[in-house]
Amino acid sequence: MNTIYFDNNATTCVAPEVRDAMIPFFNELYGNPSSMHAFGGQVARYVKEAREKIAAFINADPSEIVFTSCGTESDNMAIHGSAEVLGPQAKVITSRVEHPAVLGPCRRLKDMGFRVTELAVDSVGQIDLDALRGALKGGGPAIVSIMWANNETGVIFPMEKIAAIAKEAGAILHTDAVQVAGKIPIDVKKLPVDMLSISGHKLHAPKGVGIFYLRRGTRLKTFMLGGHQENGRRGGTENVPYIVGLGKAVELATANMATEGRELARLRDKLENGLLATCPDARVNGDRAHRLPNTSNMSFEYIEGEAILYHMSDLGICASTGSACAAGSLEPSHVIRAMGVPFTAVHGSVRFSLSRYNTEAEVNYVLEHMPKIVRKLRDLSPFGKGDTLPVEL
Amino acid sequence: MWNYSEKVMDHFRNPRNVGKIESPDGVGTVGSLACGDALTLMFKLDADGHIADVKFQTFGCASAIASSSALTEMVKGKTIAEAEKITNKDIANFLGGLPDQKMHCSVMGREALEVAIHNYRTGETVVKNLEDHIICTCFGVSENEIRRVVTENNLTTVDEVTNFCKAGGGCGMCRDDIQKLIDAIVSDRNAQPPVVAAPPQKKLSNLQKMKLVEEIVNREIRPQLKKDGGDIELLDIEGDRVVIAFRGMCAGCHSAAFTRQEFIQAKLREFVDPALTVVEQGE
Repeated sequence: MNTIYFDNNATTCVAPEVRDAMIPFFNELYGNPSSMHAFGGQVARYVKEAREKIAAFINADPSEIVFTSCGTESDNMAIHGSAEVLGPQAKVITSRVEHPAVLGPCRRLKDMGFRVTELAVDSVGQIDLDALRGALKGGGPAIVSIMWANNETGVIFPMEKIAAIAKEAGAILHTDAVQVAGKIPIDVKKLPVDMLSISGHKLHAPKGVGIFYLRRGTRLKTFMLGGHQENGRRGGTENVPYIVGLGKAVELATANMATEGRELARLRDKLENGLLATCPDARVNGDRAHRLPNTSNMSFEYIEGEAILYHMSDLGICASTGSACAAGSLEPSHVIRAMGVPFTAVHGSVRFSLSRYNTEAEVNYVLEHMPKIVRKLRDLSPFGKGDTLPVEL
Repeated sequence: MWNYSEKVMDHFRNPRNVGKIESPDGVGTVGSLACGDALTLMFKLDADGHIADVKFQTFGCASAIASSSALTEMVKGKTIAEAEKITNKDIANFLGGLPDQKMHCSVMGREALEVAIHNYRTGETVVKNLEDHIICTCFGVSENEIRRVVTENNLTTVDEVTNFCKAGGGCGMCRDDIQKLIDAIVSDRNAQPPVVAAPPQKKLSNLQKMKLVEEIVNREIRPQLKKDGGDIELLDIEGDRVVIAFRGMCAGCHSAAFTRQEFIQAKLREFVDPALTVVEQGE
């Protein structure tokens, strides 16, 4: 059975070019870039090259790039690191639909006595800019951490406007750019963010490497103390093969972004419109006009997401759900709930996220089989026909 | 991915006894769309009082479907007295075990069976117990239900209670109450002191309110709107505030505000709670 991988917002396949670039750094060029011998020292050049490629990828200076272990580490570094600088009188402003890597540190700051505001979103998942202005009113030190695009719905926030509002109020701005990196262009010369997080494994580099962009002049208390690596901003021996791989991955992303984006959007729209046409009582969650080209979040009413995913998995199709059951929790996705999706539809949400390696044939296969799965589960469901629900009194 | 047993996957992929029975002897429904799982179970007895036919419909995850299917296989051919003895543990064991976080699926099966048997005996559609009261308002779990899962499964922690009956898995406000209940049951086990029943609560729990609103919308309101080519979407219920959106011909209709207040709100106040207000999304 072939695997049809439509779960690329969770993780991606390492590009063969990336893998090939990494291989020499395991058994040949395995030295420590900090060593005082030529065998180790020669490796530093490759780390430097990767740093330059990544700086070019987001139009930053190489000195502003810090390598981390993952997107979560970058998010933690941004939020805890700037909170420590500003102190507990600082306001912390984020959104209700952030990734747990941002919500977790913000809630920890709340426990520590910081004033934390989680901004609401509307029914299509768009942020309320007036609420952001309101939260920043009165001035004073503030940290704003708002994601650029949402991992579950693909909804893109108007980052230029968010940045303008944050900067006008004198706040420090961090954005989790994990989902946009490689999908839409990032230019930190045009966009006045102070900090930005990227994860390698979402753009065809391996898991275990991330980027933290720190604008020159931004104050930050680092928490990974140790050696002098990364200019003292993040101790720990460089993960050389992965850093080299990430350098290759951003090179590939830059070269293909525009054409890839158009093709992804075409395939995604074909999938989405096809499913809306063949599956009754289905809906798209999120702002269709402002979305990543690869992501579709749909709800199939009256059925439950985990059951949908297991049937899909039996056919080799991989996707995600916001259903409570699949997460091992009892509460459905905080993103879907924050958007006020009707409760007939919250448990039946499925996220399809495509990548450059997906094909039209795969979309056709999903279009052929999804309606059968939906029908089968609706036949099983007491609510399946959408008719009078059998509710006890 | 859950570590489901082969038997769970088999009953999920090939559920037995799916559907409805014409004029059944007993019907039981538990759960709701809002909770994320629901099960309707119905059975018919033969002349000797054995369960001759049993059918189910389930909305829920793989293990909810498997637990329901397993239950129907287990009760077939049994008398009511025999079927009544089935516990949630029996259902989980029949399936070769369930992951801890999924034990509530087996409890849902046992509860539906209980309601169906009660329905057979009394004609009522729900087991009412005025001595009982709701502990977990998020999932509408009562003290007696929690007592039962704790006693039958020898549970000792709040997390276990959540795994078995969902109580405490929403906002978490009732976790202290659940812990006190567990402590009381454990000390009962040792000392057997008299149990003081908690005062009855007449107020609808949030969950009961949601279910009732849902049902009235479907039974009383939607059919009327559909006659005029319109429809209504139920978006949220916050306290006594019911948020709706109009669909179809109702959306943008000049008399929508009138319909909302004079028809929808009036119906919900009549059937659910006089304190309810109905507002449109964005108001």
